[in-house]
Amino acid sequence: MTSLDKPGAAAGPRPGRPRRRRAGAGGRRGVPLPLLLPGLLALAFLLLPLLALLLRAPWRALPRQLGSTEVWQALQLSLISATAATAVSLVLGVPLAWLLARTEFPGRGLVRALVTLPLVLPPVVGGVALLLALGRNGVVGQWLDAWFGITLPFTTTGVVIAEAFVAMPFLVISVEGTLRAADPRYEEAATTLGASRFTAFRRVTLPLIAPGIAAGAVLAWARALGEFGATITFAGNFPGRTQTMPLSVYLALQNDPEAAIALSLVLLTVSIAVLAALRDRWMTTP
Amino acid sequence: MTRSARRTRRLLRLAGAGAAAVLALTACSSSSDSSDAPDTGTPGSSGASASPKLSGTVTVFAAASLKESFTTLGKEFEHRHPGTKVSFNFSGSDTLAASITGGAPADVFAAASPRTMKTVTDAGDASGAPVTFVRNQLEIATRPGNPAKVSSLKDLTKSGLKVVLCDKTVPCGAAARKALDAAGIELTPVSYEQDVKSALNKVELDEADAAIVYKTDVKAAQGKVRGVEFPESAGAVNDYPIAALKNGRNTEAAQAFIALVRSADGQKVLGEAGFLKP
Repeated sequence: MTSLDKPGAAAGPRPGRPRRRRAGAGGRRGVPLPLLLPGLLALAFLLLPLLALLLRAPWRALPRQLGSTEVWQALQLSLISATAATAVSLVLGVPLAWLLARTEFPGRGLVRALVTLPLVLPPVVGGVALLLALGRNGVVGQWLDAWFGITLPFTTTGVVIAEAFVAMPFLVISVEGTLRAADPRYEEAATTLGASRFTAFRRVTLPLIAPGIAAGAVLAWARALGEFGATITFAGNFPGRTQTMPLSVYLALQNDPEAAIALSLVLLTVSIAVLAALRDRWMTTP
Repeated sequence: MTRSARRTRRLLRLAGAGAAAVLALTACSSSSDSSDAPDTGTPGSSGASASPKLSGTVTVFAAASLKESFTTLGKEFEHRHPGTKVSFNFSGSDTLAASITGGAPADVFAAASPRTMKTVTDAGDASGAPVTFVRNQLEIATRPGNPAKVSSLKDLTKSGLKVVLCDKTVPCGAAARKALDAAGIELTPVSYEQDVKSALNKVELDEADAAIVYKTDVKAAQGKVRGVEFPESAGAVNDYPIAALKNGRNTEAAQAFIALVRSADGQKVLGEAGFLKP
């Protein structure tokens, strides 16, 4: 009997828990319709195009489409150049973020605004600006050509530069935000204990903000991977040298939509992988 | 057996006659689509010479190489038909064809090659058969003064020379490829640009030493590049077809615009821009 009672007793609180949960749901029932409906619409709006890509994908022709060397060439180039652009962004962007967050200098607000400019600038405009600055006849580019014989347009280095130009602000903003949120007293303690400011940065600050740097790097990498406008404007389009995935998707769309969809699926997969890598940070934000 | 055979033969003959009738009907309807359309708005007037009362916007998707001449013709059209507005979308013909088959709302499509026009007609998006209204020949564009001393197609393969071509999906790229192949010249460009104006821009900005573009583009650049003719271009002349589109919302104005392009006045503007007669 006791053995029978026990389940009953155990079942006792069980209906209670859903009741409490229902009470919580009752609170959620109060979600105002003017917020709920547009919210759901926004969700559908963001997901529908991706769903359409999956629905219309030429699954049967996919192995053949993805088997072509041009696709792998473009993917390889995209991965390499995006990684290189992220590396450039890290080496130059983290110090810039530190300067913006930890030092006082006149016009800092203006500098920060200028750093974010490439975020809002149409990438094609960025490409034109890069041509005028670093092109063979550009403000700086003509000296690079005259003194070192270096020309950047139409080269893989040009692709990396175009991508870094567009992606670095993402990293700088992300790292600067993390730095501002980090407690400066740890660094201060380190310097009081005799560490130089650079040592404090290297041994204390850097480990402290490592997650922020990682998130910024992934963000910058994803932006670089998807970069189109600045790349095609500054670096041109040549298979294996400057034709990245987005460029080959765009050009494939003109005469072979199936190939474009297949290429898009590859990029979508990579993007999802990036999201998965970031899930600890974004999916768990309160 | 013979009777049934005769019956099937008769059925076949009937079917053949039916098919012929259907063909004749469709031929009629398609021709009426293209020629009678301008009159539908004005029951009183007959014949294409009497200009119908036009209004609204006519959207023209045209190959990048037509930019200057069509802009001029657009202004002329607006001048002749007060109350109308011509809205242009100039881009690579393949890009335009892809947008049209994708459902972009356009009234007229003027392509730089029959192949890109075929994409549109195959998809059933053109109303009426396309007609060739001009032809265009290729030319080498170099920096002003031709510092690289390019005088022939073969010169483009000189080492250290940066040449840009249009992508092979774009008519100017396909034509350039045809000319190069016919001449047996192996040319590796530094970039395949997405339309002819991008290729030209790379020379104008001095990022490339030479580009293979159309004669009309060299002319339109007004001295910012120097044109170098090459005999092989004669074998790769592009026909430019124009057609009204089914998705169009302003059929009458579309027909009127095509009529202007094909008229003596239109041909004069296009001829001055360097286009060849169809």
